Amino acid sequence: MKFLSMYAKFGPVTSALLSASLFVACIAVYLTASHLRHQENPKDKVMPTIGKMWQGVENTAFKGDRKGDYRLWVDTWASAKRLGYSTLLLVLAVWLGLHMGLYPFFEAVFYRFILFFDKVPALALLPILFIIFGLGELSKVMLILLGVFPTIALDTYLRAKAVPREQVIKGRTLGASSAKITYGIVLPQIMPDVLNTIRLNFKAMVLFLIAGESLAATAGLGYRIFVVRRYIAMEIIIPYVIWMSLLAFVADLLIRLWIKKRYTWYQAQ
Amino acid sequence: MSRSFFAKSFIRCVFLACVLLCSAATPALAKEKFKVAWSIYVGWMPWPYAEESGILKKWADAHDIEIELIQMDYVASIEAYVAGQVDACVMTNMEMLNMPAASGIDSTALIIGDYSNGNDALLVRDGLTAKTIKGQEISLVELTVSHYLLNRFLEKNKLEEDDVRVVNTSDSDIGPIFLSNDSQKAVVTWNPIVMQIEQNPGISKLFTSADIPGEIIDLMAVNTKTLKKNPALGKALVGAWYETMGVMSRRGSDADKALGAMAGKAESSLVEFKSQLKTTAMFYTADAAVQYAASAEIKRNMDYVRQFCFRHGLLGEGAESADVVGIQYPDGTIQGDRDNVNFRFDTSYMQMAADGKLKR
Repeated sequence: MKFLSMYAKFGPVTSALLSASLFVACIAVYLTASHLRHQENPKDKVMPTIGKMWQGVENTAFKGDRKGDYRLWVDTWASAKRLGYSTLLLVLAVWLGLHMGLYPFFEAVFYRFILFFDKVPALALLPILFIIFGLGELSKVMLILLGVFPTIALDTYLRAKAVPREQVIKGRTLGASSAKITYGIVLPQIMPDVLNTIRLNFKAMVLFLIAGESLAATAGLGYRIFVVRRYIAMEIIIPYVIWMSLLAFVADLLIRLWIKKRYTWYQAQ
Repeated sequence: MSRSFFAKSFIRCVFLACVLLCSAATPALAKEKFKVAWSIYVGWMPWPYAEESGILKKWADAHDIEIELIQMDYVASIEAYVAGQVDACVMTNMEMLNMPAASGIDSTALIIGDYSNGNDALLVRDGLTAKTIKGQEISLVELTVSHYLLNRFLEKNKLEEDDVRVVNTSDSDIGPIFLSNDSQKAVVTWNPIVMQIEQNPGISKLFTSADIPGEIIDLMAVNTKTLKKNPALGKALVGAWYETMGVMSRRGSDADKALGAMAGKAESSLVEFKSQLKTTAMFYTADAAVQYAASAEIKRNMDYVRQFCFRHGLLGEGAESADVVGIQYPDGTIQGDRDNVNFRFDTSYMQMAADGKLKR
């Protein structure tokens, strides 16, 4: 039982095999269960085979549907736009958090409000959002923002607060302006951490996106999943879920690489 | 010591996980207990009443089985039925065709409970008409009977679905969303939401299921295999249903008490519930349901529904025609593929009830 000890060492191959084992196990369990279900009912739709899922991919990604839409790409683009706008608007959250951390006025006005707002379950407010912002894109972007904006702002705030005061004073004695201290000393230091927080909040953003799209939409990854559920098209839903996970994973990876490249001094990961 | 202890408990955990996984993956064995899923809808409220009043238990006992009613969300309940987690489930003819039947789950429409006679409606603002609806945004839950109703409306007015813009809107919020957005001119939904929307000024009904009577049918679907193996289940369900129907159609305080209980379960008042019943064409007697199932009308109506399902890809993305699923009628005729009959109208149990041949 050496391999369970704290001091166990694994070569690259063993390590890779160990990492792969759970993936393989999951897929094997799925395939077995799917096979069993298909033996009982060859038309089973609840756990489609790989072949059927590939057909689902073909039908959505490479063939037009009855309206001539290549659904997977239409949906991906619609969802990506919503996520993109929200991510852009998160710059505001970072900006606000930074200012709350450094300027007492911003802290006094926003801190408690955002702290409270952070605890409001945004999903429960969905109907109100739709009433205020209509059924269009705005309400979906706002839902995502409401969901993650406070978290990002608060995180930035805490990190800005944690920058040693001595550095700010030092900057001042060397004649730096407030703007210089804010954007030249504090922001670059906390940026990698803030990016990490945004990265870790992707999952929440995707959840809010799906929730928004399930309620009122004409396209989008979440929209499609809810619509095709009406005829138990798991052969479309499963590839969609994998595709979404993959996209989120790639976005996550890109940010990690960016942090590594841009902030070489940052060692936290 | 600690190391081997760790190892042992680790192996034990793995073993336990395996056992759990296996037991979850094996299909439920046939047993004396049957699960029936239901969801809130005026035409299905007799079920929870039958349970609460003991009628269901009485019939189950008489046939020596146990029946458990489970309340679920509509789509989730059908998904549970298709996955084999419940033996029977209430649903419309359309969902029965495109969810279980199209997924190869051979299902029998054991009870024809009612048809929607106004419970589904296309509601409009500002006196919109068939002539001015072109190009409008219409909120509805896509691929549901609402969508079907809209299609039938457009068809009757020589319009295409592309002439309007369908916005998929969740039924949980479709009412408030429509009421608060004046820019939204049209919505298709079902009761009790129709009733809530209708009460507001400036809103009128342009088309309802009363304009296509008998097309949207509410059924009790039972897994055909389970039913064949356990006729007792069919007899108990049918017996309990028509006894409840009898209570409901009686006049006076007994019926009001029953309707009040149903309204309570549906979270509406007795007045509201009664007004919803008015737009529901209940088959209060087994005889009436049997007659409807034997009519030529039901075949024509099912054809409308299956053509809609096919056009919208609900019978499978690769389906070549509406004929992929076979629908069997009480007289033995089959609509669609004879080798793939997965939707059966079986009136034999209802006939027993009509003839008073069911053991109580």
